[in-house]
Amino acid sequence: MKDISCKLLVIGAGPGGYVCAIRAGQLGVDTVIVEAEKPGGTCLNVGCIPSKALIHAAEEFEKVSHMAGAKSPLGISVEAPKLDLAKTIAWKNGIVGRLNSGVTGLLKKAKVKIVHGRAKFRDGKTVEVETETGTQIIRAETVVIATGSAPVELPFLPFGGPVISSTDALALTKLPERLVVVGGGYIGLELGIAFAKLGSKVTVVEAEARILPQYDSELTRPVSKRLGELGVTVLTGAKAKGLSSKGDALVIETSGSEEQKLSADKILVTVGRKPVMEGWGLEEIDLDRAGKFLRIDDQCRTSMRGVYAIGDVTGEPMLAHRAMAQGEMVAEIVAGNKRSWDKRCIPAVCFTDPEIVTAGLSPEEARAQGREIKIGQFPFAANGRAMTMLGEEGFVRVVARADNHLVLGIQAVGHGVSELSTAFGLAIEMGARLEDIAGTIHAHPTQGEGFQEAALKALGHALHI
Amino acid sequence: MGEHVIKLPDVGEGVAEAELVEWHVKIGDLVREDTLLAAVMTDKATVEIPSPVDGEIIWLGAEIGDVVAVGSPLIRLKVEGGADKAEDAADTAAKPEEKQPEPVSVDASKAEKPVEKAASAPAKPAASAPPAKAAAPSPARPMTSGAPRAEGERTIASPAVRLRAREAGLDLRQISGTGPAGRISHEDIDAFIARGLQAAPVGTKGLTQNTAVEDIKIVGLRRKIAEKMSVSKSRIPHITYVEEIDVTALEDLRAALNKAKRPDQPKLSLLPFLMRAMVKAIADQPNVNAIFDDEAGIVHQYGGVHIGIAAQTPGGLMVPVVRHAEARDIWDCGAEVNRLADAAKTGTATREELSGSTITITSLGAMGGVATTPVINHPEVAIVGVNKIMVRPMWDGTQFLPRKMMNLSSSFDHRVVDGWDAAVFIQRIKTLLETPAMIFIES
Repeated sequence: MKDISCKLLVIGAGPGGYVCAIRAGQLGVDTVIVEAEKPGGTCLNVGCIPSKALIHAAEEFEKVSHMAGAKSPLGISVEAPKLDLAKTIAWKNGIVGRLNSGVTGLLKKAKVKIVHGRAKFRDGKTVEVETETGTQIIRAETVVIATGSAPVELPFLPFGGPVISSTDALALTKLPERLVVVGGGYIGLELGIAFAKLGSKVTVVEAEARILPQYDSELTRPVSKRLGELGVTVLTGAKAKGLSSKGDALVIETSGSEEQKLSADKILVTVGRKPVMEGWGLEEIDLDRAGKFLRIDDQCRTSMRGVYAIGDVTGEPMLAHRAMAQGEMVAEIVAGNKRSWDKRCIPAVCFTDPEIVTAGLSPEEARAQGREIKIGQFPFAANGRAMTMLGEEGFVRVVARADNHLVLGIQAVGHGVSELSTAFGLAIEMGARLEDIAGTIHAHPTQGEGFQEAALKALGHALHI
Repeated sequence: MGEHVIKLPDVGEGVAEAELVEWHVKIGDLVREDTLLAAVMTDKATVEIPSPVDGEIIWLGAEIGDVVAVGSPLIRLKVEGGADKAEDAADTAAKPEEKQPEPVSVDASKAEKPVEKAASAPAKPAASAPPAKAAAPSPARPMTSGAPRAEGERTIASPAVRLRAREAGLDLRQISGTGPAGRISHEDIDAFIARGLQAAPVGTKGLTQNTAVEDIKIVGLRRKIAEKMSVSKSRIPHITYVEEIDVTALEDLRAALNKAKRPDQPKLSLLPFLMRAMVKAIADQPNVNAIFDDEAGIVHQYGGVHIGIAAQTPGGLMVPVVRHAEARDIWDCGAEVNRLADAAKTGTATREELSGSTITITSLGAMGGVATTPVINHPEVAIVGVNKIMVRPMWDGTQFLPRKMMNLSSSFDHRVVDGWDAAVFIQRIKTLLETPAMIFIES
């Protein structure tokens, strides 16, 4: 097979890799991208997109279930709904498929050459790709490593049989009657809530003292409350020990150090994700690491000249939009533009019910930096639009510097607040002060008014509370 | 309540006066015994004056830069108890010191005046505002727009502004923001670019005239340097001789020695080799290692080679002295140079370590340039200046070869050193440095 020479080679067509390749192509850089699976990476194939499809279907199903038996305050009554999960999954796969071809189309439009196969470094400038038709050698001036991350497996609870990863959970065509989720982080709870809404009996086993331990308890309280309403059992301070001998239950050690068996048809293990550091020849080029990740600088350069790394393989937060921003930046740098990582915040969304959004610093983080802060919090219970959507749970919280009112962080929990992440991110990135948010007209009636009111509250003169 | 007068103590053998270089206290300060009050400088050593008693400062007797005679009143303190009459208290307190002679210099007598004034009004000592103020010169601060950012504070700017700055190669940290909370706008970048990279008054675009004149008082070490340089240049007719030296072999040797050195041995710079070469050359040309007392008309030609090493310190130029270089081997010379350089930089060099040289080396290291015209360290008669080592193409008769070349720029007192002798001295050093094994041959 004839060798390929190019200016830029991107390894991995996840959200970081494909955005990097598209932008590089737009800038006229001769670019090749290698991907072993379908384009789109974890995000598009087995992460963000399919999980949101499933979550939406579950939400709809649960809504309709509530209308059955004339119980709905909205005055709508229906027959008890039925679920055909195989059809739901097929619908989800359809969306994923459309997006796969969308990404392929965008890459082609940007004149990026796509090579299917598993890439492996031979040296810092040469990569071998095992394709269906043989070994393809690619030589590149610049290489971008975007190999992403994979679910962490517990050694005493390996994937297989009833033990499934998030990827498997998104492909189930039969609803598990009893689902045990190991790990009460955002992935476990998003999926656990979805399955609970679809009708599974869900138990969440979390080793920490509370669920979603990376958020403050004020933010997670509405989620805990909702889990109770949905009949999800949450066992905190509990450790998974392994599968029962029959394989039909998870053995755990409770917070009281007692052994307990949780009967389960499926056991979903969501205890985090790890960077993919194997299988692509890291040992051939010996890059510096930062903990378990690749070490990068503020231009995503690794310790080897001409080799960049982006996305989950480079560290936390392992989020698609971080990878995309890094990918775009690296493409600009490769094309000869001056760029470096100067983002002020990476918003994060947790698609539980209710949703959680965070951007910038939490009150604790701001105080830990030695800041004098002002906090403004506005509850959705006082927001008209939230009331009309039966979404009164939750609040918007703004954290600002006490001296000059610069907004340091914004958090929200509530129904549909994920869409507020754009406003939050923009405010922080633009360097908004409380007065800027308070002085912007927020359309009525929207949940976004809660953002304005939170800023007003921090300034000491909220109007609607 | 009484008064206690602190007089300038005897700060060094044979020293009759000292220059006040720093006040550590001001009027109204309460001080305890051993609190440092002031720093004075004699010759080249700085001496701190501690308080012998507890009390409140009510009068300062000199301004920074004044030369004060030993025994002159320096500070008056209000103390608990003591005699009613200030002068009595002063006398009792100053008992350990002898009654000092009248101030010896004009400056010092000027400094004496306020003492008399204050002493004539002992009834209200606290109210008599001193004419002497210890205020440090405060240079005019350039006006900046917006509130100044604290160090390490992140700049506030929109992504578009940040991108524009990045592409223009500007560091946002240098740009002050006029927006709310110090936010940097596109206009701030326009203004910054318009006035160049230096901060200038806000609101004006383009180039502006700077009419500021800052008066900087020449005190302390800087004044000593100024006086010394004037004496050297006005009294000594210099002859400067520049010669180039091929140090390729010397650099190889130095690298080898540094590689093989024991951990307790210093890393060798070029200086120890030059010092040893000078010792050898001086053996043949002893008249360059001398002190010329031109008033008495006597040249003191020394047997020992005491090499002053001109060193740049945070305060200015200082010349610590490596004594008896003729009795030190290469490692010893290196260690002593390092020790003295550190002492000079940290200000811990003693008066003895800063005087007594018979010849001086001056080196600016990597800043050494192609040639210099060194100023002789009066009353010496010779100074050897080291220039930067550079790789230059040298013709060996058949081809150009890259060689490590270094110039020596040396000045001599032409009254007592003839050009011929100077040249012979430098040529001898050249031979030794170009064939460095010769430095180590015992003759």
